[in-house]
Formats: sequence, C-alpha cells, structure tokens
Amino acid sequence: MPKQLHELDRVIIRFAGDSGDGMQLTGDRFTSETAAFGNDLSTLPQFPAEIRAPAGTIFGVSSFQLHFADHDIMTPGDRPDVLVAMNPAALKANVGDLPAGADVIVNTDEFTQRNLTRVGYTANPLEDGSLADYHVHAIALTSMTVTALESFGLGKKEAERAKNMFALGLLCWLYNRPTEHTREFIEQKFAKSPEIAKANVAAFEAGWSFGETTEAFSVRYQVKPAPMPSGVYRNITGNVALAYGLIAASQLTGLDIFLGSYPITPASDILHELSKHKAFGVRTFQAEDEIAGVGAALGAAFGGALGVTTTSGPGVALKTETIGLAVTLELPLIICDIQRGGPSTGLPTKTEQADLLQAMFGRNGEAPVPIVAARSPADCFDAAIEAARLATKYRVPVFLLSDGYLANGSEPWHIPDVTTLPDLTVTFATEPNHDGEFWPYLRDPETLARPWALPGTPGLEHRIGGLEKADGSGNISYTPDNHDRMVRLRDLEVDGIARDIPDLEVDDPSGQARVLVLGWGSTYGPIGAAVRSVRNSGGQVAQAHLRHLNPFPANTGDVLRRYDKVLIPEMNLGQLALLIRARYLIDAVSYNQVRGAPFTGDELAGVIQDVMRDV
Amino acid sequence: MSDGAAHPVSLLGQSGLALIPAADAPQNAKDYKTDQEVRWCPGCGDYAILAAVQGLMPDLGIKRENAVFISGIGCSSRFPYYMNTYGMHSIHGRAPAIATGLASARPDLSVFVITGDGDGLSIGGNHLIHALRRNVNITILLFNNRIYGLTKGQYSPTSEVGKITKSTPMGSLDQPFNPVSLALGAEATFVGRTIDSDRKHLQGVLRAAVEHRGASFVEIFQNCNIFNDGAFDVLKDPDSRESAMVRLEHGQPVRFGKDGEKGIKLMPGGMQVCAGDDPDVFVHDAHAEQPAIAFMLSRLGNVDGAGVTPVGIFRSVQRPAYDDLLRDQISAAQQGGGRGDLGRLLTSADTWQIA
Repeated sequence: MPKQLHELDRVIIRFAGDSGDGMQLTGDRFTSETAAFGNDLSTLPQFPAEIRAPAGTIFGVSSFQLHFADHDIMTPGDRPDVLVAMNPAALKANVGDLPAGADVIVNTDEFTQRNLTRVGYTANPLEDGSLADYHVHAIALTSMTVTALESFGLGKKEAERAKNMFALGLLCWLYNRPTEHTREFIEQKFAKSPEIAKANVAAFEAGWSFGETTEAFSVRYQVKPAPMPSGVYRNITGNVALAYGLIAASQLTGLDIFLGSYPITPASDILHELSKHKAFGVRTFQAEDEIAGVGAALGAAFGGALGVTTTSGPGVALKTETIGLAVTLELPLIICDIQRGGPSTGLPTKTEQADLLQAMFGRNGEAPVPIVAARSPADCFDAAIEAARLATKYRVPVFLLSDGYLANGSEPWHIPDVTTLPDLTVTFATEPNHDGEFWPYLRDPETLARPWALPGTPGLEHRIGGLEKADGSGNISYTPDNHDRMVRLRDLEVDGIARDIPDLEVDDPSGQARVLVLGWGSTYGPIGAAVRSVRNSGGQVAQAHLRHLNPFPANTGDVLRRYDKVLIPEMNLGQLALLIRARYLIDAVSYNQVRGAPFTGDELAGVIQDVMRDV
Repeated sequence: MSDGAAHPVSLLGQSGLALIPAADAPQNAKDYKTDQEVRWCPGCGDYAILAAVQGLMPDLGIKRENAVFISGIGCSSRFPYYMNTYGMHSIHGRAPAIATGLASARPDLSVFVITGDGDGLSIGGNHLIHALRRNVNITILLFNNRIYGLTKGQYSPTSEVGKITKSTPMGSLDQPFNPVSLALGAEATFVGRTIDSDRKHLQGVLRAAVEHRGASFVEIFQNCNIFNDGAFDVLKDPDSRESAMVRLEHGQPVRFGKDGEKGIKLMPGGMQVCAGDDPDVFVHDAHAEQPAIAFMLSRLGNVDGAGVTPVGIFRSVQRPAYDDLLRDQISAAQQGGGRGDLGRLLTSADTWQIA
C-alpha cells in the first residue's frame, strides 16, 4: 500500500527507555542522520545519575529529546510530538509531557503485568483508555527484533539488545531520514564482532521495512532542510565544542594545553575528549582530587602552559583556595565549571545555573575573576577561546561557565575557517625590566597585566607566592598602603577588561519594546524561542544576552536603563538579578526555576507577556 | 612553551637531571642566595638546611634558572624566598600537586618541593602519596620537626602520642605517621632520611635524591628550637648518637655504635639488634625490588630515645617517571602525522555542506 507523505515544519521526538536500552545511542544516531539531512536541530539528553538503575523503574528511565525543523530553532522543544516508550516506566515518566494528539510508540513486549505493577499501573494503559488523547502505536518491538535476527544464531538476550536499532529504523522510515551513516556507524562500532554488527544492521533494516509494510502507519512525514548560511556544518555537543575551543586556543596562543582534572558529572567528557588529542601537545592529567587538578594546572601555567581545569560546582568548591592563589600569583588559568543542580552533590545529571555567585565571589579576600559564559552547545567553542584570550592577555584565572544542558545537548555547528580565528600569540618576558633587575609585578600600563617570565629564562629568576607582594618588585610586603594598592590594582585590572570586550548587543527589531529580557548562559535558547513567540503574536520585546558576567560590558547600564522593565529569567534564585541590581540600581524582575531542566519557551513567553502587561 | 622535541622512549635509569641544561660556568653558594632577609627564628634548623642546599646546588652543575623550588605553607615553606632560583610559595599542602603540573609540562626544570610535617603529611597528605606513587620527576624535602611552628606550637601528625601542646593540654591522642614508612607504602621509588645538623650527610642524601629519575622523598629531621626543642637530640648528642643512629649504606652491612660494635639482623617476625660481628648482620640493599626490608628498617626508628634510628637511603629503585611517560605518549601521538591539524580536527565528524 503506498503511504502518504505529509510535510511538517518541525518535529519533537523523545526516545525513552531503561538506562540500559541504548536510548542515548538511538537519539544520537537519529540526530546524526537529521543533521546530515540538513535540518536545524537541538537535542536534550536526560539520564539518571545511576549507571544501571534497576530495570523497569521510573528513576531508571533515560531519555533523549530531539527537535528538528526546516527553519532555525533555538531549543530542544517543549512538548514532544512523538514519544517512543520502550517500557511502562518510560511511558509513565514521560506521558505527562505530551500534548493531546501526540504519537506514542510503545514496545508492547514490556507491558507485562509485572512491569506494569512495578511502576504503579493498576491497569494496562494500552487497554484502559487512559491514552485516548494520543495516537498509540502498540508494537512488539522486542519480539519482532528477535524474529528478524533468528538466522544470526544469537542468544535471546543479545538479539533483544538490538531492539533500539529496530526502533531507530522505524523512526528513520517514519521521518524519511537517510540511513547510510547509521549502517557505517554500526559497522564501525562493532568492528570487532562482525556478526553483532550485521545483526544490528539487520534490526535497523527490519524496523525500516516494518514501517514500510505495516498497517499501523499510514503516513510518513517529511521535514525539509533548513536554510542556513553556506559553509561546512557538523553536529556538536557543548562538551566537545568546549574541548575543541581549548585546542584552538592552544594553537592560537602557541601554548600547549595542560589539563588537570578529576572526573565529575557533567564535565568528564571534556577530559575524555582532550585526552584523545595528544597530537596537539595536550597533556591531560587525571589528578587524585579536584584540588590537585587545579594545582597541577596552575603549576603548568607557571611553566608556560595553557593551564586548564574542568569540573562542576562541587569541584569548584574544592578548587577555591587554588583559584585565590592564581588571583594573587596573576597567572593565566582557565576554570571550566559545567554547572549542575546543587547545593552539595545535588542533581549530578541535571542542569542548573546556580554557580554564578560562586564563580563571582566564592573566595576569601578581594579576589576578582573574569567570568565568561557559553550560551549554546556550539557556542562553547567560542567561549573557550574568549576565556583563553582573557586569561593569557591579562595573566589571570578566568571562569568559563557552561552547564549540563549545554554539555550534553547538541546542535548544528557552522565550522569556522581556522585561518579566520584571532591571533592570540603570547609574549613572555625575556629581559630585566627595572634597572637591570626583573620585577615580576611591574605591570603593563594599559592592561595592568604583569610579565610572564618562565622558569628557564636566565636573569629573570623570581619568587611568587600567596603572601601579599610589594607593588612592582613582588617581594613580600605587609605594609598597609601597599596592600590597599594591590587589592585595588587587581580589581582595576579585571574591571579594565570591560574596555576589551564587545558592547552588549540588543535585539529589538522594532525599537518600540518597553521590556528587555536579559539572560546569560544556556537560557539563551529558551529566551530566544519565547521572545520569538511573543513577537509572532504581535508583542514587542527586546532581548540581550551576556557573554561576560565579570566585568559586564561597558554599555550594560545604559542598555538596561533604556527599558521600562528588565526581566531576568534564570535557572537559580536570581543570581544575575542580584548583581544587576547591586551594580546598576535597576529593579530587575527576576523569574526563576530550578527543576533541573531548561525553561520551556512556552513558559517564558507567558512570563514575558505578564511583565509586558504590567508596564 | 613547547618542548616539541621527541624524547628517547625511555629515560629509565638516567639521572633526574638528564634533561636539565648544564651551567655554562662554575657557580658558588652565594649565587643561590637572595637579597631577602631570612626570617626564621634564630637557632632554627631551617638555616642549616638552607645553607646545605645553597651549598649543594652549584655542585649539581645545572643552570640556576632551571631550578624551581615550590613550597606550601609553614615555616619550612618560606624556603623558596631565600633561593635565587625560580620559586613559588603556594598554599597549604598543595605543593606536590603544583610541582607535578610544572614537572609534567617542563622536562628541562629541576623541580623541588619544600614541605613540612604538617604541610606534607596532614593537609597535603593526599597529594604527597599520589605524587610518590605517580613517580613524577621531582625532589620532595620534608622538614620534620614534629610540631606546628608557624601556628605556634600545636601537635603535628608526627608528634609522639601524649604530646602536651597548646591544643592538647592533656596530651595528644593520635598515632603519628612515620614519614619513611608512609613513603614506602605509597610506592615511592626513592626514600631517604637525614638530619639538619649533619651537613655532609644531608648533602649526600639530597644529591642522590636529585639525581634519581622519578619522585624522591627525603625526610629531614629538623629542630624547632622554639616549640619542640631537642626533639632529635639523641641523634645529635656526641654521647648518644653513635648508638642511637644507624647510617644505611647500600651494599654495606648494617652496623652502628662505637666502631660498629652493634649490627642488625633479620629474624622471623622482624629485625633485631645484634653484635656487630654477628655473621647474620644483613647487608643493606637500597635497590631491592620489594620494599619490605626497607619498611622493616623504617620501623626501627625511634627518636624518642629507645631503639635505633636509621638514616640514609632506604630505597632507590628505577621505575619510569610519570612525566617521561606522558611525553612519550605525546611523541607517539605525533609520530608520522606530526602535530595535530586543527582544521582537520574540527571537521573530523560527519559534516555536511550548505551551498
């Protein structure tokens, strides 16, 4: 029977199953095919903190959401149009997010009495009418996979494991995705066991053919490629983009990377990624703890490396004293904080942006540190280069803030031509700078940066340390006036960076908006989607997004004062709002949410409308 | 910074100074003194150690600018300010971590860690043991005065049980660390012990430590004449030292006392003091693969007056240094293709072209 082909402008799909069902892989593959097809896209993986949570439980559900479209989109989407639920737990955990009319593809093999009872279903939702609002496609995914693989002579368990590929094949058919890359991917992934590779390809193809032949689906969908600026693209997650940004910065500064790190969710993938790139001179050091990670990075920076440490909030807490040391040593250091839900261990696999004030103030004494924040997965690349630029130019530690949403989420990335990246060449001190002597704290009059003199340079032998230093000579000094001067100099140096960063840009197409939405970090996508939606319904609202949180761009106060109301949505209890109020005496409206997930565009659009009504 | 050059696959067995540039001209101790006023208490054992190190450095024959002293916090940690080399006075307990990063990034530097019993064994114990097992090419000098000096006299992790101090008016309760035992247990490849007042011995052990490729650990008994005066008198007093201290020499029978009248022999269950001419007096083997006998020797130590305290080199074995292996991996990764190509890296995944 020929199937109808319906055109859609965008689709949101959520794959959900047990932690061991391979949902992240399935989502990744679908994403790759979608990227190769040329749609704009945005992804949101969600997984439990437990590696293999007990099978069939709600808390063990792992999911991967993908939003793809024929136009540019900003978020992984609010409510899925399609849910693939591999078991009752996956259905129960996700069905509440679906809009009426959504497609639900369920694996009926897992809807046994035992599995239903386990998650608290007293009746089978496939039979009791509770899913009447949705288009339910009840499919025996597991047993069809096993049947399709009968000729391979695999054990039942092994055959069942390929059910995610069956589901992927079906979805690829349903949304008319290309398939060659997935075949290649499977062959590479299982290169060591060709039989398993063949079986997975067969499961994938069986899923596709099932779609083609079954009566269960009468319609296929098509989402055309999105128009995007010309160039070469790839799909990229925030953590990989950040790692690549650091490697690029290494090349641009001429400094080898030394990464001192301790594994922590959701930052570990940066360590994993960088450890693969030793050909770029990257040294990765998995330290005994967070403190040693940053300590080793600082030691390497003393020796002229691009010192980097990667962590999340709990790790930043441990690194605090060393960051303070870096402030007073005035050595370049990049501290990447991939934020997660806190306080304490908090929500390791969930996103939050509640470390801003920790980055800003979390040290003893007056210890200013520049802060750079990434706003989207691909933007982590540029943010890393900017953090390296500031660190090496001003000889200061710099915070680079990302979060769990950016770290694991992905989007298409317009790959830059590497020849267009800025030259960040670093110059080291080679000569005495004060009457034949070397003074390590004699500053550049413009940047206030001190010279970076590497051990091994003759005639510049010097000692630095955590004790207060005399302005200029760097010798220990306890005198009151000197300390006052040094505290102010360190502060002035960081404040002066405001002259070296772009102005805050405002997106206000009509120029008539009275409300400005100000954000930072990963809220960029949801705020953008909300602003677009408000404008589409005739509202006028302006948007601005901060890359630099310390110092703020020089024009920030002027920009904010142009609007009657400034709305600041944050995934914390108002940390940027606190800084804005303190710095500019502007009575910003704070909107906050800390549910471990990004804002939805719908939610923020409503908030913006509310604020607009009040002005 | 880019050392670039491919290193020999293994520097195993070479000197810790093998990659350090040699000095162009002879140096003297004065070259290693800074213009900073030394601020330890008059009579502190640290002065003797400083003079011994300043005296040793010219003999190493390396360029002064290629030596780096890194310290933590405490009296001993002021040391770098007085050495006219590169130096960093860092934060409490973290010097081994900082030195690990520096040594891993720069094969051409001779990196020293200066620490104390509080800095190295209490707040920084974790970094110390991991630096040792990792075997980074650094030399760790632990000044052990068995007391907290800079914070004015609290007991330390090497203070004897029952120590009466400001923070323990009824006596300290916790079992102390034996730094040599700890280092041996932490898989250290070089472990030595010496004493502040014996300059020749101190310089001898330090020289061997610096020349050892990998992490070297040297405990230096150091007198704090303000808060724990006389802690090592039994090892210094001419009347007692001969019978209280045994000097370990690789390949030599372990004898001590006047004219070697006593010796140490291995017995089931431990070591025993015996007559110096006992045929069972054992020969010290610092290169023994297993650290068990070195560990037994470390347990003999009793500076509280009973038993006999060994000094010298307990253990010195060859194992590849972490930083050498790290550089080997980089060289291996660059073999053939050379340094990575950024443009190729960025386009290494599935890409697509928009016209």
